Amino acid sequence: MTAPVIIFFVLAGLAVLASVSLILQRHPIHSALSLIVVMVALAGLYLLMGAEFVAAVQIIVYGGAVMVLFVFVIMLLNAGEEERTNFSKLATFGGIPLALALSGMIAAGIARSSSQLATSPAAAEGAISSTKQLSMLLFKDFVYPFELTSFLILIAILGAIVLAQREN
Amino acid sequence: MPILENLWIIPLLPLLGSAINGLFGAKWSKPVVNSIALGSTGVSFLCAVEAVREFLAGGSQPFRKEFFDWIVAGSFRAGFDLQLDQLTVVMLLVVTGVGFLIHIYSTGYMAHEGGYYRFFSYLNLFMFFMLILVLAANYVLLFVGWEGVGLCSYLLIGFYFLRKSAADAGKKAFIVNRIGDFGFMLGMFLLFRTFHSLDFATVFDAASKPEVAVEPMGQFGILTVACLLLFVGAIGKSAQLPLYVWLPDAMEGPTPVSALIHAATMVTAGVYMVARSHVLFTHAPTAMYVVAIVGCATAFFAATIGLVQSDIKKVLAYSTVSQLGYMFLACGVGAFGAGIFHLMTHAFFKALLFLSAGSVIHAMGGEQDMWNMGGLSKKIKVTFVCMLFGTIAIAGFPPFAAFFSKDAILFAAYNYENGGKVLYGVGLLAAVLTSFYMFRLIWLTFFGEKRYDEHHVHVHESPGSMTGPLMILAFLSLTGGWFALPALFGWKDYFAEFLSPVFGAGEAGGGEAAQSLEHILSIVAVVAATAGLLVAWQMYSKNVKRGTSEGVHKLLYNKYYVDELYAAAVVRPLVWLSTNVLWKVVDAGMIDGTVNGVADGAAAVGDTVRHTQSGNTRSYAVWVVVGAIVVLGIVFWPILHPAVFGGVR
Amino acid sequence: MVPTNYYLILSAILFGLGVLAFVFKRNVITIFMAIELMLNAVNLAFVAFSRALGKSDGEVFVLFVIIVAAAEAAVGLGIIILTARNRRSLNVERVDLLKL
Repeated sequence: MTAPVIIFFVLAGLAVLASVSLILQRHPIHSALSLIVVMVALAGLYLLMGAEFVAAVQIIVYGGAVMVLFVFVIMLLNAGEEERTNFSKLATFGGIPLALALSGMIAAGIARSSSQLATSPAAAEGAISSTKQLSMLLFKDFVYPFELTSFLILIAILGAIVLAQREN
Repeated sequence: MPILENLWIIPLLPLLGSAINGLFGAKWSKPVVNSIALGSTGVSFLCAVEAVREFLAGGSQPFRKEFFDWIVAGSFRAGFDLQLDQLTVVMLLVVTGVGFLIHIYSTGYMAHEGGYYRFFSYLNLFMFFMLILVLAANYVLLFVGWEGVGLCSYLLIGFYFLRKSAADAGKKAFIVNRIGDFGFMLGMFLLFRTFHSLDFATVFDAASKPEVAVEPMGQFGILTVACLLLFVGAIGKSAQLPLYVWLPDAMEGPTPVSALIHAATMVTAGVYMVARSHVLFTHAPTAMYVVAIVGCATAFFAATIGLVQSDIKKVLAYSTVSQLGYMFLACGVGAFGAGIFHLMTHAFFKALLFLSAGSVIHAMGGEQDMWNMGGLSKKIKVTFVCMLFGTIAIAGFPPFAAFFSKDAILFAAYNYENGGKVLYGVGLLAAVLTSFYMFRLIWLTFFGEKRYDEHHVHVHESPGSMTGPLMILAFLSLTGGWFALPALFGWKDYFAEFLSPVFGAGEAGGGEAAQSLEHILSIVAVVAATAGLLVAWQMYSKNVKRGTSEGVHKLLYNKYYVDELYAAAVVRPLVWLSTNVLWKVVDAGMIDGTVNGVADGAAAVGDTVRHTQSGNTRSYAVWVVVGAIVVLGIVFWPILHPAVFGGVR
Repeated sequence: MVPTNYYLILSAILFGLGVLAFVFKRNVITIFMAIELMLNAVNLAFVAFSRALGKSDGEVFVLFVIIVAAAEAAVGLGIIILTARNRRSLNVERVDLLKL
């Protein structure tokens, strides 16, 4: 049991516990806070894997912008505890089996092809991918999608403004 | 223009007449319709005469010409081929000649009927099909003519289509004919399979080869079966037992129709077909035996029914059935020439009898029941004399035509080796009955007290358009048999000699012993006819009234209840089958059921699937997950399936 | 060194939990958060593969996912606000105008 493995299990356990908490909490604000914990745990895992830029972006954008937005909306709408309605029998009885089937299938797929997932020599040596490498990829090979995403964000902003207007 | 090269003109002219009258005749006056109908038939007759003249001038060589290919399938070819040989000459002249006379007669008879142009259109169409039948050089074209005359028979029997009995009679004729046609077709298929062709020339040449053995009596070889099937067709078309039932009902049609179609020409098509196929029949003695027996039985059976009928046309109808039986008897015992001879003389005197009966009916203003007639001999003299000629002819008195032909048939029957004496005896008995019921008809109709009301019925002689053909036919009934007159005195039978290239020389008379036998038999025949005449004179010449009908009389009057028997045994079960099985089970149940079932199935599927559109968002979420599982399954299948079915990798 | 498998299994577990939340929760904002959870699980898988193969392509894709998730969150929350105002409830089962 080397140190990385222990850290992995700690962070993984934290992420799983927080996700379970997201499901079990009744008030949406508690679910939001649980999700923030998940994201931080994942950021830790990214760092463990050596993807520091991604970890930073995860914290800043996801944790710092998206989740804050969620919390703002919850407070704006004055969300209360969940109602205990249950109109869909299908969801009640089919939900757990389906979710188990889904994750089971993925897990089986992973398990079956585990032989092909040996870590590459570069990563095995603990080499980390630098931000420079990342930005070279982003602005050279993937520059077209990158420009498109800026366009996408512009549309999102416009959409959000239009949607959230109060009727005049 | 050589007619022989253009034989197609002969059938084409009536077809054109039929088409023109049918399409445009409704607006034209009677004289115009007449001229087209009579013109086309008359010119066709002249062309036929010319064709015969060319044939004889060319040394009487059998002539055959192929005009165009109709069906070509692999090695099989059925073309529009027409031929002319001695047999065709006889049939051609009879059909066109008698047909033309009847057309003339019809202009007078149908003068006051509605649908005048339609009548002549149908009549011309009939001439076309009959001529195709007679001129055809292969079985397929013959069958076209065969079916066509059946169609025209249906159209003409049901000419007065507003009368239910007429419409029913037309349907009955067509359907019963169809049964015969089915046998005919099976026979044709068998011939095709055996000889790979349906041309007369090919089939008969192949059948006359020495290696084709004559099939022994009692054995059912290929040729026997084929001939029997062809004969089934003839039974239907020529109204023999058991498919004769349509002919008496066919009297619902106008009298010229009865004369032309159901006496002189269409019903003789069966005899012609059997005579044409004589090469096949002579190789199948079993089939010929059956033909002879059926013919003889029908001759006797129909004569018994005709003894007691009261409708003048029905008597003549059963007489026709009976005389056709004689023709088949002749063919069955091998005397094909005698059969054709009788066909020709029968055409003359039967057409004469029917037309005269029509004249009587016309004179009586539509009355057909003989018990409502009487004492007409002085009022309608021409008709009376003509009818008398016809009656004497049919009874078989010399020197009238039928004496020679009937005599030839009975003589040939007597000499037939398989029970010929019995056939002769029955045939002779039928001749007695024939004489009896025909003279009964004469006495009831023309003599005795008048049994009708003078104030309601104004008896008048028919116009010249009707009496003219009567007189011509009467002359032919007298003289038509004189081809064979010399044979009586030991010289040549010209008719048989004329036909000998077709039927072979075996027809000619034998030696001295045969000659004297023939003399004896002919005297016996005359005595028999006289006996019938005397009995009829005894019973009907004085004042008579219609009696009650009981016992044997009732049985005969009701035609042995054959129609009722057929209705119960054949028609009702078929109708039951049609209604309960074919309609309710197959059509409504299976076919409609399938189509409706598809619609119902689609509705059921829709009913089930609509539950996914519940309007509840959470169930939609579940469907999203289900979809994701399906897609993932498809993508992961190559990795997963050894895990599902096999062990761990 | 942590084997790649462990990360992938963790990703699968988190994804499954996200699906459970997606199906079972009734508050529309919570459902949306479950979607974010699923996206995060996928991101984890991407980074794990990127590390396993030694190339940085996976991390670039993670960046794109984060960008798109952010844009989507913005617009989605806008729609949620409108719907909540309209139906006066945040319960997704109250949005049932299509029910018969």
